[in-house]
Amino acid sequence: MTRLLRNLGVLALERLASLGRASIIWAQSVWGLPRAGDLSLLIRQIYNIGVLSLIIIVLSGFSIGAVIALQFYTQLSRFGAEDAVGLGLALVLLRELGPVVTALLFAGRAGSAVTAEISLMKSTEQLSSMEMMGVDPLHRIVAPRLWAGLICMPILATIFNVVAIYGGMVVAVEWLGSDAGSFWSGMQDAVELWEDVGKGMIKSVIFALVVTWIAVFQGYDSEPTAEGIGLATTRTVVLSSVVVLALDFLLTLGMYGDFK
Amino acid sequence: MHMRTVEISVGVFVLAGILALVVLVVRVSGVSLSRDEGNYLVYAQFDDVAGLRKRAKVSMAGVTVGRVADIAVDTEYGLAVVAMELNSGIGALPIDTGARILTEGILGARYVGLIPGADEETLQAGDYIEDTQGALVLENLIGDLVTRLGAS
Repeated sequence: MTRLLRNLGVLALERLASLGRASIIWAQSVWGLPRAGDLSLLIRQIYNIGVLSLIIIVLSGFSIGAVIALQFYTQLSRFGAEDAVGLGLALVLLRELGPVVTALLFAGRAGSAVTAEISLMKSTEQLSSMEMMGVDPLHRIVAPRLWAGLICMPILATIFNVVAIYGGMVVAVEWLGSDAGSFWSGMQDAVELWEDVGKGMIKSVIFALVVTWIAVFQGYDSEPTAEGIGLATTRTVVLSSVVVLALDFLLTLGMYGDFK
Repeated sequence: MHMRTVEISVGVFVLAGILALVVLVVRVSGVSLSRDEGNYLVYAQFDDVAGLRKRAKVSMAGVTVGRVADIAVDTEYGLAVVAMELNSGIGALPIDTGARILTEGILGARYVGLIPGADEETLQAGDYIEDTQGALVLENLIGDLVTRLGAS
């Protein structure tokens, strides 16, 4: 019994310590970047994290938009309300699915890559040799990745939303023959600039913060072994997904409030 | 990869993001840039607006002529004050124009319907519409019916 309690205590302290380390690393890196000459590092990371994620974002966006439109159309047409497909599609995407699915894909595509890269650098002692040369790895390695993630995720989420709405339009209007005019005007009547587009953007910035933070820290804090790299990568994807989904619920509650 | 190519593709990426944002703003949320030009506000007091929302349609003979800009309550008389933004394109309305709160279909959204008047004088910006009729609230009707049946 005492052994159990002691182990629990050790585990809790362990978690607290790793949260502390993560916060310190994050704070030190975020202040690290805005220096001239680091721009090329940042651009390289935006390329790795953002541009290379574009294909998966566009493909999934199109499929998700198409499938939502299909489901909305078949259900709504039973009530003769096919005209509401456009507005339902846009609201679902802008408020929830756009930011959340982008964050999940981002964690899988870019987060895991960042973790693997940093933890490989750690296990091959590239990070320690940088320190020995007087180069701060937090500035050179971690900071550009954090900032690149923060810049890329809102852009990716916006592109995802637009592609998904057009994907939905292809299904609802071109294929199933819903009226194009009511598709767009229903959407424009219901969607509000700040309430839907703006708050969705804020969500995706918050998700970007969380996912890049987790990815960078898991890489930086991994065991310097082959197994450790695998474990850290897995943890990044699992932890980011869970945190993003839980956070989305809280954010929706907070932003769109008064449901009762 | 060559740094030049990386820079160009990042530029394209950011540009695509900005374009996508423009599409969201203009095409999806329907913000038009020449919005307030000549639109004018008129007000109307109703005894009950029952679920009318901001940005609901204001229509005349089934044609949308404006939007509900704001809904407030006048606590002194217990009336709802609805501000309506009418499109400049429809021109001036007669001063005896009426306003009713209507429902699209049976369960649809509430909107304001304008009943055309015949007076020579016209409604100016900031004027109040005199002839108004509030929403039909189903619960009140049923309650009314039950008490009448009980009395007879």
